[in-house]
Amino acid sequence: MTTSDPVLEVEDLSVEFRTPKGVVRAVNEISYQVGTGETLAILGESGSGKSVSVQAVMGILDSPPGYVTGGRVLFEGRDLLTASAEEQRAVRGPGISMIFQDALSALNPVFTVGHQIAEMFRAHRGTSRKEAREAAIELLDRVHIPAARRRAGSFPHQFSGGMRQRVMIAMALALDPKVLIADEPTTALDVTVQAQIMELLQELQRDTGMGLLLITHDLGVVNEVADRVVVMYAGRVVETGTVDEVFTDPTHPYTEGLMASVPAVEAKGTRLRPIVGTPPDLARIPPGCAFHPRCPRRVLENAPPGKDCDDDVPLLLPVGAPGRASACHYREEVLHA
Amino acid sequence: MGRYIARRLLLTIPVLIGASFLIFAMVYALPGDPIRALAGDRPLSEAVQAQLRAEYNLDDPLWLQYVKYVGGLLQGDFGTDFSGRAVLDTIEQRLPVTAKLAAVAVFFEAVIGLVAGILAGIRRGSFFDNLVLVTTTLIVSIPVFVLGFVAQYLFGLRFPIFPTSGINEGLYSYLLPGLVLASLSLAYVARLTRTSLAENLRQDYVRTARAKGLKPSVVVGKHTLRNSLIPVVTYIGADVGSLMAGAIVTETIFNIPGLGRAVYDSVLRQEGAVVVGIVTLFVFFYIFFNLVVDVLYALLDPRIRYD
Ligand SMILES: Nc1ncnc2c1ncn2[C@@H]1O[C@H](COP(=O)(O)OP(=O)(O)OP(=O)(O)O)[C@@H](O)[C@H]1O
Ligand SMILES: [Mg+2]
Repeated sequence: MTTSDPVLEVEDLSVEFRTPKGVVRAVNEISYQVGTGETLAILGESGSGKSVSVQAVMGILDSPPGYVTGGRVLFEGRDLLTASAEEQRAVRGPGISMIFQDALSALNPVFTVGHQIAEMFRAHRGTSRKEAREAAIELLDRVHIPAARRRAGSFPHQFSGGMRQRVMIAMALALDPKVLIADEPTTALDVTVQAQIMELLQELQRDTGMGLLLITHDLGVVNEVADRVVVMYAGRVVETGTVDEVFTDPTHPYTEGLMASVPAVEAKGTRLRPIVGTPPDLARIPPGCAFHPRCPRRVLENAPPGKDCDDDVPLLLPVGAPGRASACHYREEVLHA
Repeated sequence: MGRYIARRLLLTIPVLIGASFLIFAMVYALPGDPIRALAGDRPLSEAVQAQLRAEYNLDDPLWLQYVKYVGGLLQGDFGTDFSGRAVLDTIEQRLPVTAKLAAVAVFFEAVIGLVAGILAGIRRGSFFDNLVLVTTTLIVSIPVFVLGFVAQYLFGLRFPIFPTSGINEGLYSYLLPGLVLASLSLAYVARLTRTSLAENLRQDYVRTARAKGLKPSVVVGKHTLRNSLIPVVTYIGADVGSLMAGAIVTETIFNIPGLGRAVYDSVLRQEGAVVVGIVTLFVFFYIFFNLVVDVLYALLDPRIRYD
């Protein structure tokens, strides 16, 4: 897998929700890239802003209350955030497409799956009804749905969970996107089906060379399929690097905690331990490092200048091998601990 | 589906029997003597009165009157009014009038209600949304007959745009009464459409539609609307039956010679056969349109199956 020529570059993206209860800063100046054929995994606890960040990339944020307050989303070098609505729409589907966690609610209940897939061709390419339908059937076949021709006439509720997610994938891949965003594509499925869906995604990625932006809580899956990892905490990227680097030698205490909290992954910490405390309320992010209240390595007293964990916001800075970065004042120490 | 419909149709029989008996009993319980009322100031001879009583079975106990009535019904005889005119005749003559009025009302209900509801639902919180909210609240809280008289005064007398009474100007004379008849349902349809649309706009599949790069007009006009209209269409369908029954008030206010007006007049004259025949017909329409709605529902929402 190459990490050359990034197709999708997110730079300093910030998103906030303006709610009656105050401003929720769900995503703060995050950056990442996805290259051709590359798989980038976004990790992080529930509520850390993973979904919101990709919704902003897709331009499907619920607005109001959600607003992009800064940054750029470059697709093939073009900033989507400043592009016209028309241009943005032209990218959704053929450029970047997306699959969701719950395919049952993500598919429209009143249209047949064949129709919903064919709609991609009709809307973007003006394909004739008949040809679009044939193309849809072909796609269903490609995602290994048996009796594709007959099943094209079925409605979403007539499929099993795994088959529905295959439909979703077929729809997302209809126009050969350069990047596929998968937001917890297997969370709603049972374990054996999860593996099948991941296998399918990998197979399709091999065939098409698309970049894959994968959000998941399953570290095992990340370990298996991802090339690089972005770890998010409270709307910020706290660590990034290749899977091997991050998994075997984390440079952020939060990543360490994440690894130690999951049995399947062998990290530095040996004992299985959940991270103490709860993620912060994004309307009231703690000062300094957002993770400091839960951090076993925090330094609050007599900290070196600019490295006070409850005062100074740590920037995402290089550490260790080229391409790695961590947003911890003490990243070097964590790396070599 | 066929079996379901057949079963539902069979079920209407006991309902119709029950409903007609209730109506029959209510007319029977009306105070006063219909024959004396018929006679008015000119006293009828005892003999004539007795003959009329016998002809209309008025001296029989309630249950026997009813049995005789149903017996007649089974032979296609709906009875006669006091002037000797067959009730079936009256129905045949007046049904088209009421049907036309109901059709005009449903048209207003659907078109105005839907358009207002959709616009309000898309622009929640806008001036138009608030306007719809206030107007519909107003309509719902005013009794129909008040609304009818106000409309009659405003658009018939003050600004004589529409005829105030009768059906002499063809379809044109149905517009104002149709609007009055539709008003309450129209307000409900607007509200229901708005709520349903707002609810569906929050659904995941709408986000998917946007992620597919579809035009906003397609995202809302096709994906969201199609789902939002399911409860609205079923409401409108079920409402057709209610509108026909609701015509009693409207037809009386606007003096429209339909079934509703006939019921009103017959109640005053205590003409049991007419009241029971027509009201039972209303009940039948009500049940029938509800059945139509259930079938429609299954057609609109593929998740619904009646097997
Ligand atoms: N529509 C919204 N209105 C207000 N706040 C929102 C909205 N959507 C998301 N948020 C806020 O953004 C934060 C991040 O949400 P997001 O869905 O991105 O989390 P996530 O990392 O995807 O979590 P999960 O793993 O549970 O999917 C949430 O904690 C929530 O406070
Ligand atoms: Mg999420």
